[in-house]
Amino acid sequence: MSPRSSAIERLASPRPRPVEVLAWLLPALAFFLVPDNLALGVSIMTYAVAVLALDLVLGYAGIVSLGHAAFFGVGAYTAGLLAVQGWKEPLTGLLLAGAVSLALGFLASFLVVRGKDLTRLMVTLAIGLVVYELANRLSSVTGGMDGLSGFEIGPIFGVFSFDLYGRTAWWYVYGVLILVFVLLRLVVSSPFGLSLRAIREGVSRMPALGASVDQRLRIAFTLSAGVTGIAGGLLAQTTQFVGIDSLSVGRSADFLVMLVLGGTGRLYGALIGTTVFMIAHDYLADMNPVYWEFWMGLLLMAVVLFARGGIVGAGRRLLQTVKTKFARAAP
Amino acid sequence: MRADTSILSADAGIALSTERLTKVWGSFIANSDIDFRLPVGARHALIGPNGAGKTTFINMLTGVLAPTSGRVFIGGEDVTADRQERRVRKGIARTFQINNLFPGLTVLDSVLLAILERKNLAESWFRPLKSHVAEIEEAMDLITDLGLEAQAGVEVKTLAYGKQRLMEIALALASRPRILLLDEPAAGIPAGESSEVFSVIARLPSDVSILFIEHDMDLVRRFSQRITVLVGGKVLTEGAPDEIMADPRVREVYLGESAHG
Amino acid sequence: MASNILGILFDGLAYGSLLFLIGVGLSITMGLMNFINLAHGTFAMAGGYISASLSQRSGLPFLATLPVAFVGAGLFGLVAERLLFRRLYKAPHLDQVLFTFGFVLSSIAAAHYFFGAGQQMGVMPSFLQGQIRVYGIDLGRYRLLLIACVGLITLALHLILSKTRFGAQVRAAVDNQDAAAGLGINVGLIFSLCFALGTGLAGLGGALGIEVLGLDPGFPLKYMVYFLLVVVVGGAGTIRGPLIAAMILGVFDVAGKYYVPQAGAFIIYVLMIVLLLAFPTGLGGKRA
Repeated sequence: MSPRSSAIERLASPRPRPVEVLAWLLPALAFFLVPDNLALGVSIMTYAVAVLALDLVLGYAGIVSLGHAAFFGVGAYTAGLLAVQGWKEPLTGLLLAGAVSLALGFLASFLVVRGKDLTRLMVTLAIGLVVYELANRLSSVTGGMDGLSGFEIGPIFGVFSFDLYGRTAWWYVYGVLILVFVLLRLVVSSPFGLSLRAIREGVSRMPALGASVDQRLRIAFTLSAGVTGIAGGLLAQTTQFVGIDSLSVGRSADFLVMLVLGGTGRLYGALIGTTVFMIAHDYLADMNPVYWEFWMGLLLMAVVLFARGGIVGAGRRLLQTVKTKFARAAP
Repeated sequence: MRADTSILSADAGIALSTERLTKVWGSFIANSDIDFRLPVGARHALIGPNGAGKTTFINMLTGVLAPTSGRVFIGGEDVTADRQERRVRKGIARTFQINNLFPGLTVLDSVLLAILERKNLAESWFRPLKSHVAEIEEAMDLITDLGLEAQAGVEVKTLAYGKQRLMEIALALASRPRILLLDEPAAGIPAGESSEVFSVIARLPSDVSILFIEHDMDLVRRFSQRITVLVGGKVLTEGAPDEIMADPRVREVYLGESAHG
Repeated sequence: MASNILGILFDGLAYGSLLFLIGVGLSITMGLMNFINLAHGTFAMAGGYISASLSQRSGLPFLATLPVAFVGAGLFGLVAERLLFRRLYKAPHLDQVLFTFGFVLSSIAAAHYFFGAGQQMGVMPSFLQGQIRVYGIDLGRYRLLLIACVGLITLALHLILSKTRFGAQVRAAVDNQDAAAGLGINVGLIFSLCFALGTGLAGLGGALGIEVLGLDPGFPLKYMVYFLLVVVVGGAGTIRGPLIAAMILGVFDVAGKYYVPQAGAFIIYVLMIVLLLAFPTGLGGKRA
């Protein structure tokens, strides 16, 4: 292959490769093979939606957000409150959850794009804290520390009711995850997605190319907030409960760890990181949560020092090494 | 508006000009009352000792720095209040003395982005990058033109330093500027190889107006038609290369500098 | 009413003094290396636990534990800097954030393991309890001590930075690291010393502040925002900026909790956003 065509080949593309299609069948396989732990699958896929959204701002655009739980929680409360008020139709409820978070993200984006890295980090953190405090104070609406419960969700398309085993919930979340993935895949392999990566790589060059950086970042942040809100909506609808910890800084940190673990700036990094994190969390559920936190912290430090690019990055490097060895062995 | 038009017609042959352009930091005067004109199609060199304020001047021309006082005109239009990105859209592009690239993007990604920005396509998110065939072709042509074809699919950070300097120029050219500002385009390249960079510049269309900063007098003599000498933030003199090289004041500045090491 | 306001102002200043004492080291180190360190509160917490366990278990008087807290936290900081943080100075900000955040998580869990989840109680000597009346205003003795301590330390810091050779080197390095290195200043060593000094002061603040800030394993996360805010609003690399920022924060926080208790931490977070947006480059920072 000529350098020209191979360079063009390397451009980001939304077209799925066959191996990807197969990989997307794995969850469905898991549905049939491990039918007694569907709840775990549902929560993995729910969080995966949020972590994908975080990847858009952090992995692609390079904005560190410590406040994404704000959008997650607002989405969850929106979906939950709608149901409490009698709006039981799930799809419109989910869209509204996304829309409210999108609107909040749009407002927040104006604050976030001001200042540099550290100021940005602080502003996202502050937004998260403000929303948390607000939910805490408005306990007559949100249920405060007790959370929001006692609501029901109607059947999907008016046909498929949410069952006790979580089968409907599973397919519902699976479907939404695929849709979100396809949307984000389109975004990151578009000119807009390229410009986000360019902002991450060399923000100071962008104005010299005639680009308005702030506007791009605002769009990315707003979109990310909206998708995170959808994840929150999924959580509320599938568990029929919204806890105030869905808004907490700890939750934001979880998203961050999942993403970094899997590998930032790669959509599959978000998916793999979430899966590994959630399975480990489930497996070690008996462990004192304090120790869990200790290992999380250690893991985060280790990934930064030794495994840049997370699991996906390490896997790629491994594959590369094997390939070159193989190429050398067979001249 | 009438008055403006008359200025325009009077300056029809001027691509870029400044009027008493001044930059002051506290008590330090970086640029003082610089009046400068760059005719259309010019090959103009800006020289002067280190700390003379050359890069400050370029930064004010492009809008990276706001002047303390004075004005900047592109084609007779006052752009002093315009931000950097608006000036780019009015036809000015630049390179940086210290590489200011996208290290983690490939060569093709970088140049393609610059082209998409110029065409206002960089904000579209529903059409895949790969479907922008015309822009990809243009990017590959430009990359080939600069001799970077073999590295088109390679991340910029892995390029040799000299090739990265060419990327500086490639990104600026992708904006198809009418005015090109080159801040020491061959900085850090071994003397023998710097003419490669300048031969790229020499091949540019003649209606592109070029202002470049360069320390190598040999290159300046070969590639410039006019030279402005900046010393201590002020224009010392301006003229044709032979006049400048013969000017005792210029010789003193340069000899003085070399005498100080 | 007037005495009330003055009382709140006094408490706010005492609180602000603590924030400054803990935050000032962070300001210097961030200004020096442009290193984003979320883990600064860990060292304050370490100082707090050193002081609390010494006074509870070995019966050392509170004041005598303070120098130990200072030295202990400073040594801890020095070791952490030499072994870990040093590797990240050239790394992207994202890496610094993630790494130091991981450090905070682990340190919280470690504190939990060693000291339990509960609040630590300081053992205050009797002469620091109660209040003295000055011009009709009741001033807590302990808070007076805080303000006095921090005043003295600030003065000492100022003298060190402006009068000593070490201080001149620090200022040169903050101003322009490469130029300072060119002058033969060992920037790496300067930074290690600053880091040790800064974390030592944080430890001292953590110990002094047990009564005001409280002390439990969640400390580094709970106050992370405050310390960072002192630096970001005040401007990294200076002393005066963080001092002003810390006082503003302290007074507003205390006043907010007194006048609008139902708003909780809400006021301080909103103030934080407002300050960040009004001063995106800090009150007195040199970095744009």
